[in-house]
Amino acid sequence: MVKYAWLVPLFPLVAYLLLFVLGRRAQEGIVTAISVLASLASFVVSLLIINEVSNVGATAPYLFDWLTIGSYTLTMGYEVTALNAMMLVVVTFVATLVLLFSKGYMHDDERFVVFYQYLMLFIFSMLGLVISPNLLQVYIFWELVGLCSFLLVGFWYFKPEAAAAAKKSFVVTRIGDVGFFIGIMLLFVATGTFEYTGVFQAIEAKQFLIDWMSPDAFITLVAILIFIGAIGKSAQFPLHTWLPDAMEGPTPVSALIHAATMVAAGVYLVARAFPIFEASPDALTVIGIIGAITAILAALMGLTQNDIKRVVAYSTISQLGYMMMALGVSAYVASVFHLMTHAFFKALLFLAAGAVIYAVHHNQDIRSMGGLWKKLPITGWTFLIGALALSGIPPFSGFWSKDEILLGAWESGNMLLFGLGLLAAFCTAFYIFRVFFMTFTGEFRGEKEVYDHAHDPGPVMTIPLVLLAIMAGVVGLLNSPVTGYSFEHFLTHDGHVGQIHEPQLWLAILATVVALAGIGLAYLMYKSKSINPESLANGPLRPLYLLSYNKFYLDEIYHYVIVKPFVAIAHVLNFIDKWIVDGIVHLAGEGTYVSALGLKYAYNGQVQTYGLITIIGTVILLALGMYAIGGGVFGL
Amino acid sequence: MLALEQFLTLAAILFAIGLYGALTKKNIIIVLVSVELMLSAVNINLLAFSRYGFVPSINGQVFTLFAMVIAACEVAVGLAILISLYRNRNTTNVRDQDLMKW
Repeated sequence: MVKYAWLVPLFPLVAYLLLFVLGRRAQEGIVTAISVLASLASFVVSLLIINEVSNVGATAPYLFDWLTIGSYTLTMGYEVTALNAMMLVVVTFVATLVLLFSKGYMHDDERFVVFYQYLMLFIFSMLGLVISPNLLQVYIFWELVGLCSFLLVGFWYFKPEAAAAAKKSFVVTRIGDVGFFIGIMLLFVATGTFEYTGVFQAIEAKQFLIDWMSPDAFITLVAILIFIGAIGKSAQFPLHTWLPDAMEGPTPVSALIHAATMVAAGVYLVARAFPIFEASPDALTVIGIIGAITAILAALMGLTQNDIKRVVAYSTISQLGYMMMALGVSAYVASVFHLMTHAFFKALLFLAAGAVIYAVHHNQDIRSMGGLWKKLPITGWTFLIGALALSGIPPFSGFWSKDEILLGAWESGNMLLFGLGLLAAFCTAFYIFRVFFMTFTGEFRGEKEVYDHAHDPGPVMTIPLVLLAIMAGVVGLLNSPVTGYSFEHFLTHDGHVGQIHEPQLWLAILATVVALAGIGLAYLMYKSKSINPESLANGPLRPLYLLSYNKFYLDEIYHYVIVKPFVAIAHVLNFIDKWIVDGIVHLAGEGTYVSALGLKYAYNGQVQTYGLITIIGTVILLALGMYAIGGGVFGL
Repeated sequence: MLALEQFLTLAAILFAIGLYGALTKKNIIIVLVSVELMLSAVNINLLAFSRYGFVPSINGQVFTLFAMVIAACEVAVGLAILISLYRNRNTTNVRDQDLMKW
């Protein structure tokens, strides 16, 4: 079955083409059916693949020659490893559910079919990225994924905020992509290949084709460059600013792209190319620090946001920071495990938020929600399960994966990272339960009519919620004592880094206590109102509150320090292009025109004038001719 | 004694006068006359070379006769054009014919 891994991205691509052919006026039911069937088929194939991989192990990549340039042949192909197989299953599963959910959420949208087209294109790109065997192919799909994100975030392009957000997401990730591409090219120059296997061999042997840098320094450089790509795509600090704005896109987009899959591509890249990073302890340190900074920074920013989707977006950034931090302390399994569990519970949270938004007529401000538990029971329960998973409360999935990351940080001896991770865990529990309490408990703070009409959405939207809730609850057990850490064995038996696992009970208890403390504080502040959030915010903590609410003013800093100068430079360049470069071109044309304009006055209609000029010309020619012959004219 | 140069000089002067007239005069008839003058100058050249040239032969004189005949025909045609022009434009002023002006 692994031989047929190319089918997995093929089904969504075929669906995309089919939808393209069907056109804008296709029926919603048919569109959804085609998409879901294609995604489901990919899911089934992925399951078969993962079954085979867990029995047999990884297989060699299937490659075919694509392009021959000079003496080098670019190859394209696909490969399946344990990591890939897991990603395939996760992506197709979440994708299928999101496709189903979108039928309800995007009902009656004018560009319903276009939405599904973009989604299928995205799924194709993501799946292709995951099974790529060489860095160049990864880069191609990487950009494709970024394009789809741009299209989907700016789906409602007539809204200026959405258009701006789409542009921002693309440009910011592009900055990361530049670093990534430079890294790929440097690797190619040094190792002569794009293939993972070739690159890993060269790095292990420290044999490079360049001599202007020591092997160790070179590996560090390349590792950091590739990581820059991951920073952009996975919204790490400092390129995280695009993700909250990307919430302008429809909620299913946020669930699929900005929670479970595309942003995980950065983590996936670092994990897949881990031998490069392993060979450079400095790069790992950088990754760990940036991951930890991202985790705590985003958690602090999420504390005060009032848009339900934005809180979840900051949560995504924070959890991605956790994953990077885990990779930075070489806790490879923990990071990948967290990637998997996060995909499920974050998609769940987004979809549940989407159901809430749908129920209150597309108002996303939690300050005008409340008391929705009675009205939206299924949504409420699934959101609660997602929140518990995110906070890391046992036995939900987030507990197992987050605990492993903290364990990895502790065992690496890096107390700072451990402390930051713990603090971020506290904030995580706090902010998600702040949202939960403000949305589902207490009194409804919006218009009464909206409250009366609020109801759980139909089955096409609730079935995905329930399925994801089950996964969010259960999938953590895959790497727990209950199943004998089967996930870790699965991931590492094709010969990669793993950890010997001794479950540290004290750490599990500590993490749970911290999470419960966060939930407790949120309860006190937002449910029982024992502590008044307003007084805290306006009182002595006001500077901190402002810092958090304004996202540490990073957007503003970027705007004044980076965007404005660039725009000024762009204006200058535009001037040069329009008036100087174009000017020269116009000059050539205008010059010809003006000179002709002047010459026309020679035509005065008088034959005698023409005759005179002819005679003069003839005389000149004669003189030149005689001079040339050598006879001379009058002794010249 | 008369030499070649004197005849050639005469012909050149006549040609120049004819050229000046053809390029400068306002009246078409005078222009025609000037053209005739140029033709005559050329005839003198031919005759001079026939008598005093490097290989004296009768060819020059024969050619001159031909040239005179051609000149006569050309004058006939030229006068016909002139009359047609006068009948259509009511003027013989060369300066007035500027329809091909820019």
